[in-house]
Amino acid sequence: MTVTEQTPAPTTTEVGRARTRKEDARLITGRSRYTDSITPHGTLHMHVVRSPLAHATITSVDTSSALRSPGVLGVYTAADLGVEAVGLPCAWPITPDMKAPQRPLLASRTVHFAGEGVAVVVARSAAAARDAADQVEIDYEPLEPVLDMEAALAEGATLVHPDLGTNENATWVFDSGAAGTGSSVDEAIAAAEADPDSIVVKRRFLQQRLIPAFMEPRSCVVDPTGEQITIWAATQVPHILRTMTTVTLGVPESKLRVIAPDVGGGFGGKIGVLPEEMLCVVLAQKTGKPVKWTETRSESLLAAHHGRDQIQDITITAKKDGTVTGLDVHLLADMGAYLGLVGPGVPILGAFMFNAIYKFPALKFTCTNVFTTKTLTDAYRGAGRPEATFAIERIMDELAVELGRDPMDLRRQNWITHGEFPFTTVVGLTYDSGNYEQATDQAMATFDYAGLRHEQEERRRSGDRIQLGIGISTFTEMCGLAPSRVLGSLDYGAGGWEAASIRMLATGKVEVITGASGHGQGHETAFSQIVADQLGVPYEDVEVLHGDTHVSPKGLDTYGSRSLVVGGIAIVKAAEKVVVKAKKIAAHLLEASEEDLEFSGGNFTVRGTDKGKSIQEIAFAAFMAHDYPEDMEPSLDSDAVYDPENFSFPHGTHLAAMEVDTETGQVRLRKYVCVDDVGTVVNPLIVEGQVHGGLAQGIAQALFEEATYDDQGTLVTGTLVDYTLPSAADLPSFDTAVVSTPATSNPLGVKGVGEAGTIASTPAIVNGVIDALRHLGVTNVEMPTTSQRVWRAIQAAKGNTTQETPTDVHSPGAGLGSIDPNNPQGEVL
Amino acid sequence: MIPAQFDYVRPTTLDEAVRALSEGGEDAKVLGGGQSLLPVLRLRLAAPTLLVDLGGIAELRGIREDGDRIAVGAMTTHHDVVHDELLHEHVGLLSDAAATVADPQVRHRGTLGGALSHADPAGDLGAVALALEAEFVLAGPGGRRTVAATEFFLDYFTTALAEDELLTEIRFPRYTGWKHHYEKFNRTAQAWSMVAVAVALKVDGGVISEARVGLTNMGTTPIRASGVEAALVGQPASEDSAKAAAAHATEGTSAPSDADAAADYREHLARVLTGRAVLTAAG
Amino acid sequence: MAQVRVTVDGVEYADDVEPRMLLVQYLRERLGKTGTVIGCDTSNCGACTVHLNGQSVKSCSVLAVQVDGSEVTTIEGLARDGQLHPVQKAFNDNHALQCGYCTPGMIMQSIDLLGDNPDPSEHEVRHGLEGNLCRCTGYQNIVKAVRDAAQKMKPASATPDTAESAATSASVAGGAS
Repeated sequence: MTVTEQTPAPTTTEVGRARTRKEDARLITGRSRYTDSITPHGTLHMHVVRSPLAHATITSVDTSSALRSPGVLGVYTAADLGVEAVGLPCAWPITPDMKAPQRPLLASRTVHFAGEGVAVVVARSAAAARDAADQVEIDYEPLEPVLDMEAALAEGATLVHPDLGTNENATWVFDSGAAGTGSSVDEAIAAAEADPDSIVVKRRFLQQRLIPAFMEPRSCVVDPTGEQITIWAATQVPHILRTMTTVTLGVPESKLRVIAPDVGGGFGGKIGVLPEEMLCVVLAQKTGKPVKWTETRSESLLAAHHGRDQIQDITITAKKDGTVTGLDVHLLADMGAYLGLVGPGVPILGAFMFNAIYKFPALKFTCTNVFTTKTLTDAYRGAGRPEATFAIERIMDELAVELGRDPMDLRRQNWITHGEFPFTTVVGLTYDSGNYEQATDQAMATFDYAGLRHEQEERRRSGDRIQLGIGISTFTEMCGLAPSRVLGSLDYGAGGWEAASIRMLATGKVEVITGASGHGQGHETAFSQIVADQLGVPYEDVEVLHGDTHVSPKGLDTYGSRSLVVGGIAIVKAAEKVVVKAKKIAAHLLEASEEDLEFSGGNFTVRGTDKGKSIQEIAFAAFMAHDYPEDMEPSLDSDAVYDPENFSFPHGTHLAAMEVDTETGQVRLRKYVCVDDVGTVVNPLIVEGQVHGGLAQGIAQALFEEATYDDQGTLVTGTLVDYTLPSAADLPSFDTAVVSTPATSNPLGVKGVGEAGTIASTPAIVNGVIDALRHLGVTNVEMPTTSQRVWRAIQAAKGNTTQETPTDVHSPGAGLGSIDPNNPQGEVL
Repeated sequence: MIPAQFDYVRPTTLDEAVRALSEGGEDAKVLGGGQSLLPVLRLRLAAPTLLVDLGGIAELRGIREDGDRIAVGAMTTHHDVVHDELLHEHVGLLSDAAATVADPQVRHRGTLGGALSHADPAGDLGAVALALEAEFVLAGPGGRRTVAATEFFLDYFTTALAEDELLTEIRFPRYTGWKHHYEKFNRTAQAWSMVAVAVALKVDGGVISEARVGLTNMGTTPIRASGVEAALVGQPASEDSAKAAAAHATEGTSAPSDADAAADYREHLARVLTGRAVLTAAG
Repeated sequence: MAQVRVTVDGVEYADDVEPRMLLVQYLRERLGKTGTVIGCDTSNCGACTVHLNGQSVKSCSVLAVQVDGSEVTTIEGLARDGQLHPVQKAFNDNHALQCGYCTPGMIMQSIDLLGDNPDPSEHEVRHGLEGNLCRCTGYQNIVKAVRDAAQKMKPASATPDTAESAATSASVAGGAS
């Protein structure tokens, strides 16, 4: 990776350095502490008995046989536990009239998706609980599943929640004309339709359903021994989990301690408040013993929240010279059976990103959220913004085709130029900084755009079996969630600040406490670098503490690429306060006035003298407290809560060279180049790693992953055999680079990076696949662009009719692909 | 993730194993390498009462020359098959295909006999055994019998093995000097074959004198592509003859339809991949 | 119950286990070897990879009773006296891990791969790791780390210092596996 600094970095020793990570030492030696590795003495184990049916009335539950199974302490339904009235929280009521069903801990009368819990077994071992679960007999009366969003909204459709009277959760609208941030799209479309020098292009895109598929399955241990109930959980959001446990179960927040120990990835998939977590709390209270739950991978695929799943109807208008004039976005978003913690708001996070880097004068966004009898959807890496980026970058390509333009030239014509920043967009956001020209020029040069276009021409001319396509995505996104006032205006149920504390220990070490909750991002390393610079202390002397509400009592956790741009800035603010306090004591001890002191490299020196003291000496002096100013407390320790003034707007240009085997339909990613602008880079290694991983997930959406249901609402992709995650053998090495236009909205100049790769890459891949086939008459291939889909698209373009593909049928062959483990039809052996 | 309870025995001789299996009745299962069985047990898709582990029987493991045959013990791992010089020299197609089975860890444990007995039509080794006219040596309470590959595979996960029989050895004729290739098509590297084609050719002076072609996942069992073989014999090892022969690839197949591929696409793939496999082998 | 005697990370153990207990469960629940983790139930993820008699296996796909009389090396048995195995060090040097959950399996499989092929190409590394899933890194730095370790483990090209450490560590792994 190359780093191009646009402006010289400030003279720092740590920020910008490619430090290898502090946290690795444990993880590479197996000295890890993931939740499932924690088993306090006396721990009981919970197993959830789940519905095999998507939609059914529960007619009877017989637990008698299970109760006689060895080692079983109890088998419970919601009624048995007295939790029938408990509902899990949704923190984002996007409209005042949003329809929200109760999301129970266990289904009582009706199950609403395959995988919903109906009963729980508590036993002395996980094996005993699992054995007894087979003995729980539940009878169901099947109801019609609700699987198709458009059908679900039609008159007379079966209702997922009859008490709501509709399958529509809410419809949320943003209209730049009405908001006064731009003009009217309806007028733009009418004008374009009437104008022979304008064009209207309409397309429908599908965002398939995805599964976050973090590597560590979800797990929790709830220990009720001791004055506070301790919850260890594989979660991204220990603080939110604590508050929401109180909201859900009424346990006083002060009686709860939540610990997120090592957490094996999340990608949004671990921001929920889980029925299983709440059940463990209830059972721990009931038994007085620690209660543990760890899901299997199959359970995780089935019941952990899914992501994406939208139908996108996009209309773009433009002058025939290429100038865009309007964008009309209609979305249907599948909520699944219930509302997750922020589920309804996920599509809304995309609302402000459809205009992307382009100067649209008019934009309207209409999103209808729909209930179906599927697993609920919630945040997955990017959450709303990948969907928006996909739609706009796909339709920019479509517009280029309609106008006969090079797709990059068309983008260049419409994007915000470097000189126009700060720029207020059609949706009212102010992009603080950016340089689309720089990222694009560098990416195109590295990619050899012209050379590949030439090769593409050659292959087309010769009718080569392997056709080449070039996919472009010039993306931006809004992250660093988020200015609290903006969240308030969107009816989000919390703020967007982050907290930090710095404790100066007597022996010279520094403890940094952050409310962000890392789970692989490298917070310990990056935050240590920041603090080392701020306080002038050695990097090694900084210890970062997080993920335990007793240690870090205040925080809003990690999601939405916020840890650095919100949490990191909170740390800077706390460090500034430490320095202010230290300076007072230093002045006192050095018998100088504060104005005469300079602070540099961790030392306070009296200007013009060689007198000085290090901040660590001051910390010791404060600890001793023998001699300090009378008007202050003997402590340097400081807290800060930082509420960001704006979102962070990373951007970049991503280019993919796609090879398509026109005989088999097989797609190969031959070359991927991206140049991302994420502002100031704290640690290039970590940034590069975030980009790589983000790319892999975005590319996997384009090429590999899809959660599918059969016509009865059973998840077909219920194991990792069927839900095909790419391995190392399925991906190439990426050519990534970073340029830096520092953010002006925060003192470090940093921008978020966690989601950028995922948001950017999906449309680059799909644009490339279609570009390879466009000359054959192919205009679209749905995601994932499997070999079969590509082959059928080619056949259809040739006018050949082919078979309907059963998307939901297991082959009897292919090992475990033959069976749905959650709903076994029969034995294979 | 936690299998149901079962009993376990680890006999050290074949006779003991046969007896244990016989006494275990219909709910006894043979544990070979365990790479297909254990996942099934973990998901509780099967609940045998007894596992008879063949891992302790030394005679079931190893590769040896046996007259005009190369005999592979049923408990020989894929890894050992891939790295065996005898097989490389005389049954190279088996080495090619075994190298594509699952992943390295699974190949360290999974066995040739286990894979063939499991008889998943998407498994890679059945088509090879069938095309190469392997013999299967079966041992049961009544003694040993030898079954031709054409008689071994009966249906999905169903073979000529009786409930109280074990597969002990797979015997391959020698294909010394033949050219070979296993062309596998799958969605991701660790996925099972969507379709795969096993090809062995005897080429004399640029002309194909004999051909063996097997298809993976084109029916309820592995399929021998006899039509392709017939079309290849006597033809030059060229692109044209490969293409012409490949047109026969779907004869006698009954391709399954599933989410990865509907039957017509599988049939198309079988033709394309057969042509490629022949060309690669010949090249 | 069945008895199993097994050497794990250089220590001999004898235990009674249920036949159904998987090796990974035995390692984690009976021996406290929680460094080896479970990521799936279909043998796809490879997170639980350990060495059994010197070969990489998925410890979810082996019964504890099957390892009677065998030698097992886990991620916890690679480093000795604070000396990391060159592959462990390379994972740190090349930022080849993020959440760390796939890491034990990745490292164990990488060591196996380098045992078979001391100087693998990028393609060979990618295919050698096809049984291990990672959701964080996009694999690029893992591949880089394995190739870096391969170079460091070559006696000829290593500096005297690292050659010695590589040899020491390799012998640890070799002896243990």
